[in-house]
Amino acid sequence: MKKPIWFAVASAGALFVLMAQDARIIVTKGGIPAIAIPDFHGAGDAQKFMAAFNETLSADVKACGRFKIVAKTSLPTFVPQQPADFQQPTPPPAAPPTGGRKKQQPQPVVPPTGGGRWMQDWSSPPAQANFLAFGYTAPQNGVLVLQGWLYDLSKDTPANAQLIGKRYLATVDEAGARKIAHEFAADIITLFGGQSLFGTHIYFTSDRTGHKEIWMMDPDGKNQRQITRFNSISTYPTPSPDGSKVAFTSWVKGQPAIFVFSVDPVRDLRYYNQAASVNQAGSFTPDGKQIVYASSAGTGRCCRIFAANLDGTGFRPISSSSTIEVEPKVNPKTGTDIVFSSGRSGPQQVYRMSMDGADLERLTPGIGEASNASWHPDGQRIAFAWTQGYATGAFNIFTMNVATKEYVQLTHGDGKNENPSWAPDGVHIAFAKTRGRSSQIYTMLADGTQLQPLTSLGQNERPVWGR
Amino acid sequence: MFSKRKFSLICLALALAMFAAGCKKKVPAPAPPPPPPPVVVPEAPKPAAPTVAQFTAEPTSIQRGQTSTLRWEVTGSVTSVSINQGIGTVQSTGSNRVNPSDSTTYTLTATGPGGSITGSATVNVSAPPPPPPIEETKPTVTIDQAIASNVQDAYFDYDKTDIRSDARDVLSKDAAALKSILADFPNASIVVEGHCDERGSAEYNLGLGDRRASAAKEFLQGLGVSADRLKTISYGKERPQCTEQNESCWQKNRRVHFAAGQ
Repeated sequence: MKKPIWFAVASAGALFVLMAQDARIIVTKGGIPAIAIPDFHGAGDAQKFMAAFNETLSADVKACGRFKIVAKTSLPTFVPQQPADFQQPTPPPAAPPTGGRKKQQPQPVVPPTGGGRWMQDWSSPPAQANFLAFGYTAPQNGVLVLQGWLYDLSKDTPANAQLIGKRYLATVDEAGARKIAHEFAADIITLFGGQSLFGTHIYFTSDRTGHKEIWMMDPDGKNQRQITRFNSISTYPTPSPDGSKVAFTSWVKGQPAIFVFSVDPVRDLRYYNQAASVNQAGSFTPDGKQIVYASSAGTGRCCRIFAANLDGTGFRPISSSSTIEVEPKVNPKTGTDIVFSSGRSGPQQVYRMSMDGADLERLTPGIGEASNASWHPDGQRIAFAWTQGYATGAFNIFTMNVATKEYVQLTHGDGKNENPSWAPDGVHIAFAKTRGRSSQIYTMLADGTQLQPLTSLGQNERPVWGR
Repeated sequence: MFSKRKFSLICLALALAMFAAGCKKKVPAPAPPPPPPPVVVPEAPKPAAPTVAQFTAEPTSIQRGQTSTLRWEVTGSVTSVSINQGIGTVQSTGSNRVNPSDSTTYTLTATGPGGSITGSATVNVSAPPPPPPIEETKPTVTIDQAIASNVQDAYFDYDKTDIRSDARDVLSKDAAALKSILADFPNASIVVEGHCDERGSAEYNLGLGDRRASAAKEFLQGLGVSADRLKTISYGKERPQCTEQNESCWQKNRRVHFAAGQ
C-alpha cells in the first residue's frame, strides 16, 4: 500500500504526520477528529445487508475511541457514493473562475452549499467533519464488493483528499456485509494509530444453557458460541496468546481442575492435573508454552502459585506463602514477572513477583480488597478490581501504573464491576457488571467512557479478551 | 315282576270285562232325574286380602358397612303393615335404609280385613376384601436422606476459615451422625463442600472454600470420623444456596455442607 504523507489541519487542531517505522499514522492534536459516516447504500441485492453494514462500520469506528462521529442528522442530504459525485464549489462572484467548472449555476443567486456535492459541505456547519467515509456496495459475480473511501476534508480538492480508496470483498450475506465493514473500519482506525479489534475474541462464562460453560464472542458481542458442554461448572477462561487454546477450570470431575481446550476445532487437549483438592485459574505465559495457576498441591491448602508445561507436566510451585494466593498473570511484555492476588497481608491485595517467586511487592495499598489483575499489552499497566471507597464486595475497575503504583478509577458503582481484561489494542477493557442478580459483560474505553453491553442471555461473567 | 296275586287280579278283571261286553244288548234302566239346582243364598262379598305390589331391596348386594334401601307398596284394604328385623310397623308405602351386618331377609306382613299377606326381600351382605398383609420392611432411608435429616451445615465468618463455637457444636453432632451413616452405608463416602458468599473474588473464594472444607474435615477427623471416607470439594462462590444481597443470605452461603460421595 503506497500512501502519500498527509498533512492535515483538523478544525480542532493540527494534524501531524508520525513516521514511526514505515507506518504513516495521522496524529491529531488538540482534540479528537470528527468523522462523518453517512449511510452507505447497496446496489440490488446488497441493499438488504446495508443496515448491518452501516451499524458495524459506525460501531467499530466509534468503539476505537479516536473519533467523534458526526450525528447523522447534521449531515448533508446528498451523499456522494464515489469520488466522481463530488463537484467543485461555485466560485464566489467577486473572483472570476480560473477554470471551467461544470454545472455552472445561474448567475444571480449563488447557493451557499452544494447540498453535499462539495467537500466543504461536509467540513462546514452543521456537519463540521474533519474526515468523511463514503462509498457503496454491490454484488458482482456472486461477491459482495465494497468500494470505500476516506477523505481528508481539509484538502482543497477530492483528488488530494483521498486517504483510503479501496475495494473490499465478501460473501453476499449479512456476515459478509459485517466483515467488509469491519475491514474498512480497521483501515480507518489503523490510519489514525489505532488497532482494530476485528478478529479478536472475548472469552467468557455463561449459564444460559442452565450450566456455567465457556463461551466466546466477537468484540462487538456478535457470534456468541459455546465451547464447553460439560453440564457442570466450567469457568475462569483464559485464551492462549495466539488464541488457539483456552484454559479454564471445571468441576466436571468433582474437585475443581484445569482443562486446556483447542478452540477451533474444540478439542480437549488433556491437561494433566497434579493431585490436589484445587487446581484453578490457569493462564498462559506470553510464549504460550507454560501455564501458571493456583493449586493446593503439596500443602493441602489452597493455594500457592504454580507453573507447569502446557500438558500439565513439570509443575513446580513459585510462591511459598501459607495464605491464599491466586489469579497469576504473567507480564505479556517481559514474561519475567507475575501479578497475582494474595491474602498474605490480610484481605486480598494485588502483588507482583518475579517468575521464581523473588522480588515480591504489594501493588495495592492494603485498603479494601483488590483482585482480578490483568496486564495491559504494554506490560506496564494493570487493570484490576478494587473495593476501595466502597462496601465489602462492591468492586470497581481501576488501572494502575505498576512502576509508580498510581491508579485511576474507571467505574463508579452502579453495581459490582469485576474481572477487567484489556483488549489487544490496549485501549479497550472488557469487564463484568453485576446489577442486582444480573451479571453481564461490557466493554469500555480505558478511560471509563463508551460503555457497551455485549451480552443479555442468562448470567455472563469472567470476560477475557484474546485473539 | 308281578306277584302271583296281582296277576290273578288282572286276569279276573279281564274276565269280568269280557263278560260285561257280552251283555251289551240288554236294555238299561232309566237314569234318575238330575238333582234340583242348589238354592244360592246371595252373601255379602268378602273383602279381598291386601296385595304386596312391591317389596324390594336396592341394591340387593352390599358390602358390610354399606346401606341398602327397602321399598314397599301395599295395595288393597290394609289395616297394618310391618317389617320384621326390628323395623316394625310402617306405612303402606315407603322406604327404609338398612345396613345389616350380615345377609338378611326382610319380611313384610300386610294385614287387612281380607287377611294377611307377606312379601320378602333379601339383602346379601358381603365382607370387604381383606387388606394386603402387613409387610415387615425395614425403613428405606437413602444416604442423601440420612445426611439431609441428621447432618447440619457449619457456618463461618467473612474471609475466615476457623471453626466458630456454634460450628463446633454443629460439627460435634455431625460427627456422631456421620459415623452412624458411614456404618449404615459401608461403601459410601461423604463430600465436605466448602462454600463462600459472593463478595470476594471467585478464585480467592475457591481457596477460602477449600480451607473451610479442610478445617471441617480435620475437626470431624478429631472426633473419630474416618478421614479417608471424607472428601473435600471447594465450590467457592460458584454454587450459592441463597442469592439475596444481604448479610443473612451471605451467612447462609459461608458454610460447609455435607453430601453423599459418588
